[in-house]
Amino acid sequence: MSVGATVDTPSQTGPAQSRATAPGPEALTVRDLDLAYRVRGHDRQVLRAVSFSIGRGESYGLVGESGCGKSTVALAAVRYLPRNGRIRGGRILVENRDLMEIKESELRHLRANTISMVYQDPGRALNPSLRIGRQMSEIFRLKGLSAADAMDRSAMMLGRVQIADPGPVLERYPHQLSGGMQQRVAIAMALSIDPKLLILDEPTTGLDATVEAEVLDLIAKLRGELSTSILFISHNLAVIARMCDRVGVLYAGTLVEEGSTREIFHNPRHPYTVGLLRCLPRRGRRKDRARLDTIPGFLPAPGARVSGCIFAPRCALADDHCRSVEPPLIDLGGRRSRCHYHDRAPDLPRLTPSDLPIAGVIDRGEQPVLRISQVAKTYGSGNHGVRALVDVSVELWPGETLGLVGESGSGKTTLARLLLGLIPPDSDGSIELDGEALPGRIDRRSPGQVKALQIVFQNPDSALNRSRSVRGLISRALAKLAKVPRRMRRERLLSLTRAVRLADRYLPARPRQLSGGLKQRVAIARAFAGDPRIVVCDEPTSALDVSVQAAILNLLADLQRERGVSYVFISHDLGTVRYLSDRIAVLYLGRLMEIGPAERVFAGPHHPYTEALLSAVPAIEGQDRERVRLTGEIPSAINPPSGCVFHTRCQRCLGAICREQEPPLIESEPGHQIRCHIPAAELAKLQAVQG
Amino acid sequence: MKLGRIIVKRLLLSLVTLWLLSVLVFAGGQLLPGDVGRAILGPLADADAVANLNHQLGVDRPLLVQYWDWISHFVAGDMSMSYTYRSPVAPFIAAALVNSLKLGAVAFLLVVPVSIFGGVWAALHVGRPLDRLITVAGLSATVLPEFVTGIVLILIFGIWLDWLPISASWPEGAGPFTQIYHLLLPSMPLFLVLFGYIARMARAGTIEALDADYTRTAVLKGLPWHAVLWNHVLRNSLLPTITVVATQVGYLIGGLVVVEVLFHYQGIGGLIYTAARGKDFPMLEAGILTIGIIYTVATLAADLLYSALNPRVHFGAVE
Amino acid sequence: MSITSSDAAGALDAASPASARSERLRLLLRSPTFLAGIFILLFWIACALFGTRLVPVDPYADDLLSALTGPSAEHWFGTDALGRDVFSRVIVGARDILTMAPLATILGIVLGTAIGLVTGYFRGLIDDIVSRLVEAILALPLVIVALLALVALGSSKVTVVVVIGMVFSPIIARTVRSAVLLERELDYVSAARLRGENAFYIMFVEILPNVMPPILVEATVRLGYAIFTVATLSFLGFGIQPPSPDWGLAISESYGLINGGYWWTVLFDALAIASLVVAVNLVADAIHGVFET
Repeated sequence: MSVGATVDTPSQTGPAQSRATAPGPEALTVRDLDLAYRVRGHDRQVLRAVSFSIGRGESYGLVGESGCGKSTVALAAVRYLPRNGRIRGGRILVENRDLMEIKESELRHLRANTISMVYQDPGRALNPSLRIGRQMSEIFRLKGLSAADAMDRSAMMLGRVQIADPGPVLERYPHQLSGGMQQRVAIAMALSIDPKLLILDEPTTGLDATVEAEVLDLIAKLRGELSTSILFISHNLAVIARMCDRVGVLYAGTLVEEGSTREIFHNPRHPYTVGLLRCLPRRGRRKDRARLDTIPGFLPAPGARVSGCIFAPRCALADDHCRSVEPPLIDLGGRRSRCHYHDRAPDLPRLTPSDLPIAGVIDRGEQPVLRISQVAKTYGSGNHGVRALVDVSVELWPGETLGLVGESGSGKTTLARLLLGLIPPDSDGSIELDGEALPGRIDRRSPGQVKALQIVFQNPDSALNRSRSVRGLISRALAKLAKVPRRMRRERLLSLTRAVRLADRYLPARPRQLSGGLKQRVAIARAFAGDPRIVVCDEPTSALDVSVQAAILNLLADLQRERGVSYVFISHDLGTVRYLSDRIAVLYLGRLMEIGPAERVFAGPHHPYTEALLSAVPAIEGQDRERVRLTGEIPSAINPPSGCVFHTRCQRCLGAICREQEPPLIESEPGHQIRCHIPAAELAKLQAVQG
Repeated sequence: MKLGRIIVKRLLLSLVTLWLLSVLVFAGGQLLPGDVGRAILGPLADADAVANLNHQLGVDRPLLVQYWDWISHFVAGDMSMSYTYRSPVAPFIAAALVNSLKLGAVAFLLVVPVSIFGGVWAALHVGRPLDRLITVAGLSATVLPEFVTGIVLILIFGIWLDWLPISASWPEGAGPFTQIYHLLLPSMPLFLVLFGYIARMARAGTIEALDADYTRTAVLKGLPWHAVLWNHVLRNSLLPTITVVATQVGYLIGGLVVVEVLFHYQGIGGLIYTAARGKDFPMLEAGILTIGIIYTVATLAADLLYSALNPRVHFGAVE
Repeated sequence: MSITSSDAAGALDAASPASARSERLRLLLRSPTFLAGIFILLFWIACALFGTRLVPVDPYADDLLSALTGPSAEHWFGTDALGRDVFSRVIVGARDILTMAPLATILGIVLGTAIGLVTGYFRGLIDDIVSRLVEAILALPLVIVALLALVALGSSKVTVVVVIGMVFSPIIARTVRSAVLLERELDYVSAARLRGENAFYIMFVEILPNVMPPILVEATVRLGYAIFTVATLSFLGFGIQPPSPDWGLAISESYGLINGGYWWTVLFDALAIASLVVAVNLVADAIHGVFET
């Protein structure tokens, strides 16, 4: 790999410029790291000449989309690569010791005293057959402490990660703890050795937003107390923005840009970073104002040989020079960018037209397309019944998007499956489609009713039958739902795939040959085969990278404008909900807590639960309001709290009335209802003080 | 508390299984073409004698009565009369069972430690030549019928080398060591069949545990390798192997039939074989039901052991 | 930049342009264990089909005068107690076992797949009842169930095939059922219901193709066990009857003679069975390995 003369020695870059840095050797230095996985006799290169370093006490973020190699960097930094992983060049230094040179015993010593790591999915990271106490205390036992002392220290560490009552937790097995609790334990274990370098690999991915916020708060607080350097790896730009001093951006195994967090997020100098930030559905962007920008094209296949700039095929600035000469990591004074035209990067031309050819219309005429009244769902029966959904009433108008938000277990998905007829609702309550009663079970619905309600699932790998071709998948839907006769099918198929911007050459492909974004387009095409009235979108973009997510959100918005379809849009990501929704419903433990126009729900006054959800979301722009943190665990739906179900976690709980009486949904302004004992005006005042 | 409920549930399920089994076995006995008396006395006996015998044996009563009579006596330890020997079945079963248990025990005690060690060892050296050898050789050994390996082993060790006795029956009054000496060769075919299977399971379980995130956590704690291996890898990988070992009890008994025939050994397998050849249904039914009970009890014991050792079961995360 | 291996604009996975099926076949053909297994298997299949025309001596012809002679130029593997040529009998002996075992396997796979699909898809009461029955049957070793059935129904080749197929079916059903249980939770099944597909279509058109890999693996493994069981039963004197040159039967007829040093009457038959079962299992293992990755 050719590199210019002025580049790539980490000492030139500035841990010294970082605010938290103390003098001394760098906690971690990665120099020209080339790494490959051997797959079926071929090396597939996953990291190319990656260089960066982390100063003492510094928090360094590595950000990138899936498949960019960020987790591989983390594993290389602790010398724990998968069996087929091989380092082909470069060095990794921890506290000035070369990780590749040291002996096995030194490595163990280093792991026991200097580095620790926390990774995604704490449920798997803890040994399922040992008690927490045993797993924690073995770290202290290793340092020669007695069993009793080791247990005491373990309890202390749990206290440190804000586990109020460590005793019982030490007695538990991992599966007896919630996900958030497990991750606290994992963090406590990692911090037990007072590490010089802490590696956090997607530590909050997969956790609920409110739990994620808690864990991030905890890490931020502990950082203040300890002198640990941190390597923080995440796909989530906002999380990195919040947690790190400096950031490196990885693309296809290559570090394309590096600099201080402020610089990277507010003045990016590589077209990839610029594009990535523009993809985010940030505040103020809405489907009826403009399309989101996207990054066209696809990641290069792993192991592909490259000449020139690796990002050139997807870059609007690229010219022949880019395609033939690989740019070096150019030093821009305290920051680096791997782009020949880094000075022009901020003016990267938009590739997706932002203008909207036709305006979307919501028809709030005589009759909503869907009317749900007092619908409930109970699993099991008698005293053991779990009320997954309690008396929910909602209307959906033609051409409208209703966003459904809430933590896991709030009943979002139950409501969606119930609308579709996949699970029958409890007998009381009713659902009407275009003014006519809709049977609860799919097999009792008329063909017209069946085709009127369709869904786009979260995970296209699960939603598309992997033994069918794209053509087969969509044709079957056309045949069954639209009753298109065989001779017309090809024509309809092509017009449908073109509507979802799916090139004809993918028609013979099987799902596994397609990228995540393409698969989701196939799923969308299938859902639209029978011209549905309503499409339920159940987290349709949460399995996708942000650049792909933007394209899918644009597609959904375009289809809605063109066809006047209504959406029920479920997402845990409030950014995407805000972009696409006209109205938003907030669910908690199966109850509707708030419903209203999207902007009103976001702006407030809103329900204290909505307030907490909103403030849990990390934002690149920084927080514009004081955090309202939810404490405690989500109560079990088997035994929900009395009165207002939210009172156990509510910051604004009034006392007895909240504990004893369930508040009604009160209209605070036209079309905006809040289920809270505190009057809207009072809420507005409380929330204004905070803001 | 939770564990108690699991035990009761498993126990009840086992009883249901056994009851179904007894129905199947009894139904099998009823399918015999012609009548029992004719089958025993042969085509030349006169009709009165046949009817008389049928009445004596009780096979002219309604099926339900016969089933109830048979099963209630069986539960009480009375296994009715053998057609062939015209004497109670139970003493034959008891004596044969003791012999079979001896043979099975020798095979089991040899195979369990060796195969688990082999499987774990292969897992720790995945992809190396010795791993391939253990995997391929184990797999091949598992699928060879016992009479095939038995014949070859007899030829090699019994006849050409003359190291081991080729008859499993030891002289009257022989001590335990002589008995074991006689059982070594017969236990080898059983050993071979079981080795590959158990080793494979142990290997797969260990590889899975080695690749698990919790093992990574343990390694990254800086624990010495033996601590990682014992407390984190093997603790999780050998649990499923326990269940596998128990299910192998069934295969072991199936193999006993062949081995006992081949080595002329008076065990339950041999007894069943003789009864089958002589159409001695009371003997056959009793023998088969006994084997079913042993298998079910072994599976139950393994299930309970697994539940007791696996905190995810007895604290109610999985059933 | 340019990606030299393929066009970057194609999201069709550039790393595996071939379809999954031909990729698997390519992997199989590069596996030495698969090649060794399939070679031996094809050899025995050829012997079963054309053996009678290839062998030097009529495998059924007795010649009591030259009974129990050792291997010689005339009789490569010697002669048995009736003076029949062991070499010819070993070559021809593959025929019965190579018809019965595959038939039994196919019967078991067809029955087991149907039971597994229905119980896995519908769950509920049928599932509970079938599961209990399966447990009860599995509580007995296959050889013993077969013994009971053969005694009750009378011994014949057809009975052996049917009994083995019937006993295999619940075992296969269990494998299929657990695969179906995983599949039915996938959203494509919900998507099919939302299209108004009936249960039969969902089971046999949507789900079945996706559970074929475990069924195929199970089929090869079961074929090995079918050969094992057929051979064992004929050794025990059930099923294949004299004067068939079947290997298990031959061993059963001659193993009483080994004390007298007539080792050739059993050794070659034993090696023939060994080579066949090992070959089938090498193939099974290779197929299993290819479907796992």
